[in-house]
Amino acid sequence: MQPDRRGHFGKFGGRFVPETLMPALLELEEAYKRITRSPEFHQELAWYLKEYVGRPTPLYLARQLTETLGGPQIYLKREDLAHTGAHKINNTMGQGLLAKRMGKRRLIAETGAGQHGVATATVAALLGLECDIFMGTEDIRRQRLNVMRMKLLGSRVVPVESGSCTLKDAMNEAIRDWVTNVRHTYYVIGSVAGPHPYPMLVRDFQAVIGKEARAQLRRRTGRLPDALVACVGGGSNAMGLFHPFLKDPVRFIGVEAAGHGLPTGCHSATLVAGTVGVLHGALSYLLQNPWGNICEAHSLAPGLDYPGVGPEHAYFKETGRAEYVAVTDDEALEGFKLLARTEGILPALESAHAIAYLSKLAPEYSAKDIIIVNLSGRGDKDVEAVAEILEGE
Amino acid sequence: MTRIDRVFRRLKAKGEKALIPFITAGDPDLETSRRIALEIAARGADLLELGIPFSDPLADGPTIQAASNRALKHDVHLEDVLKLAGKLRADTDIPLVLMGYYNPILQYGLERTAKEAARQGVCGFIIPDLPLEEAGAWRAAAIKTGLAPIFLAAPTSGPERIKKLGQLTKGFLYYVSLTGITGARTALPPELAQELEDVRRLVRCPVAVGFGISTPEQVRDLSPYVDGVVVGSAIVQKVANYAGESTIKEIGDFIAALKAPLRRQP
Repeated sequence: MQPDRRGHFGKFGGRFVPETLMPALLELEEAYKRITRSPEFHQELAWYLKEYVGRPTPLYLARQLTETLGGPQIYLKREDLAHTGAHKINNTMGQGLLAKRMGKRRLIAETGAGQHGVATATVAALLGLECDIFMGTEDIRRQRLNVMRMKLLGSRVVPVESGSCTLKDAMNEAIRDWVTNVRHTYYVIGSVAGPHPYPMLVRDFQAVIGKEARAQLRRRTGRLPDALVACVGGGSNAMGLFHPFLKDPVRFIGVEAAGHGLPTGCHSATLVAGTVGVLHGALSYLLQNPWGNICEAHSLAPGLDYPGVGPEHAYFKETGRAEYVAVTDDEALEGFKLLARTEGILPALESAHAIAYLSKLAPEYSAKDIIIVNLSGRGDKDVEAVAEILEGE
Repeated sequence: MTRIDRVFRRLKAKGEKALIPFITAGDPDLETSRRIALEIAARGADLLELGIPFSDPLADGPTIQAASNRALKHDVHLEDVLKLAGKLRADTDIPLVLMGYYNPILQYGLERTAKEAARQGVCGFIIPDLPLEEAGAWRAAAIKTGLAPIFLAAPTSGPERIKKLGQLTKGFLYYVSLTGITGARTALPPELAQELEDVRRLVRCPVAVGFGISTPEQVRDLSPYVDGVVVGSAIVQKVANYAGESTIKEIGDFIAALKAPLRRQP
């Protein structure tokens, strides 16, 4: 579906930003409209996605995992094999080319796990643009490898010390920078969150995941999947997989991070346990207190550690088009180990949440059914953190 | 005509400009805020902006972020700020304008906020993350209770939006002096005076300028081009170093110094 003229999905979405940014959002919307009608832009993006990013990514039938779970056939959409190791590059490639066409010379981005930061830094290097990445100091500590990657790619990593020192605060700081440097800076938002037109634009760039998966499965089996499973932080990998199946009789399941468990209040399960409010420019579900102050989120997976979620997911929840569930840190670790041992693939801790949920979902299905899981990123970045936990046990 | 309109009309008749100081309510605590506010009112301020603490103030620089955090530490919320306004109303006539981000207001309820604010004698409301495109429901709720919804215009807005903002705003139009967040600056953009002249040609309401303004010299330089000047971070910085009575007096002296160049020059 397309949002309304002012960027609403039902009641969700919109543009709740300082006036200084409104003209920039309107300019971006115009520029995006122009490129969606431009065959040259689509050709250019398709060329980069194929030759540089390495698309299409495989749709892999995970036989051992399927056998272990003893239910439906599990296919993995291997976004972990895309250049830089996660789906984030689909979006940054698109936005980077868009920024260049708009004549902007500097990119900024927020990052949690560092995957979006790396993907933005990569595209900045490729396209010859200046680049600053905002990252919470807590995440810098947890994701040293990605910090080093961004620096090697020629970007500046700006440590963010405010609030919980994680993704939410990095996004605040990126917005503050954008307000200040809006005339020559392009803000590359990394998820289907933020003010209109970002949720639509990021979704469209990520929809390549679902489009490929749909065609690949059809070629192989001649049919549609029964269910799609993806982790949801801001929700871009999930939206990218789901959206091309919107009109099909396919179940959508978004897996959020239950952190230490929903009753502890220490989680990032915005859709499962949050309430409606405005954060970072959009009306959506949030983790907030009764006074409307934003709560700190928690997840072992830094990419899910965010107290908001994209507005179109909020709309999917409200209309019942998608179901949202949550798995704990511990369950995600089990998912991480399960995929490593059965298939020889280390998933990102974010994606491990989607894998973990399969153990609960599989019993509902039989061997003739097909589930596609979005393996949104690779786990190399998490090896240190996981090792710390496993050795501590 | 609201209390804000009357102030601008009275000042205009005298050839004066309005000084609009900002403090964060509840910083360092509600009672001290009350006393600082009264001192500010007594020492020459014409309107007073009270900031509502918020966890994620994305239009604010480090000074006001820190003030917000100090107030949140002892749980100062929208309702407390409304009550503070009511208390101040008993002791001063100065028009009170609340400044707060949209989410706390949305959670409290748009109509409920407007009604309570009006009941406590608040005159206007500034919501920095609510652009005109999303402001319809709030504006209607505010106007219904006699509260002025005050809009911001920015250097990036362009003439069309500024005209529209000038029509929608009540009380005055708040012109953001620079592309950026709040916080004291040593220098303001050189094109600001020209921009303000353009803005005043585009709108009929009074225009106040804010963001970055921190010294009596800057106030003096801007005075000919505006109807009012907002000073925030420079005051909040003094509150941050609060050390009892002496700080309150220091803030009062600062207000007097800021107001001096806004009085009619002989």
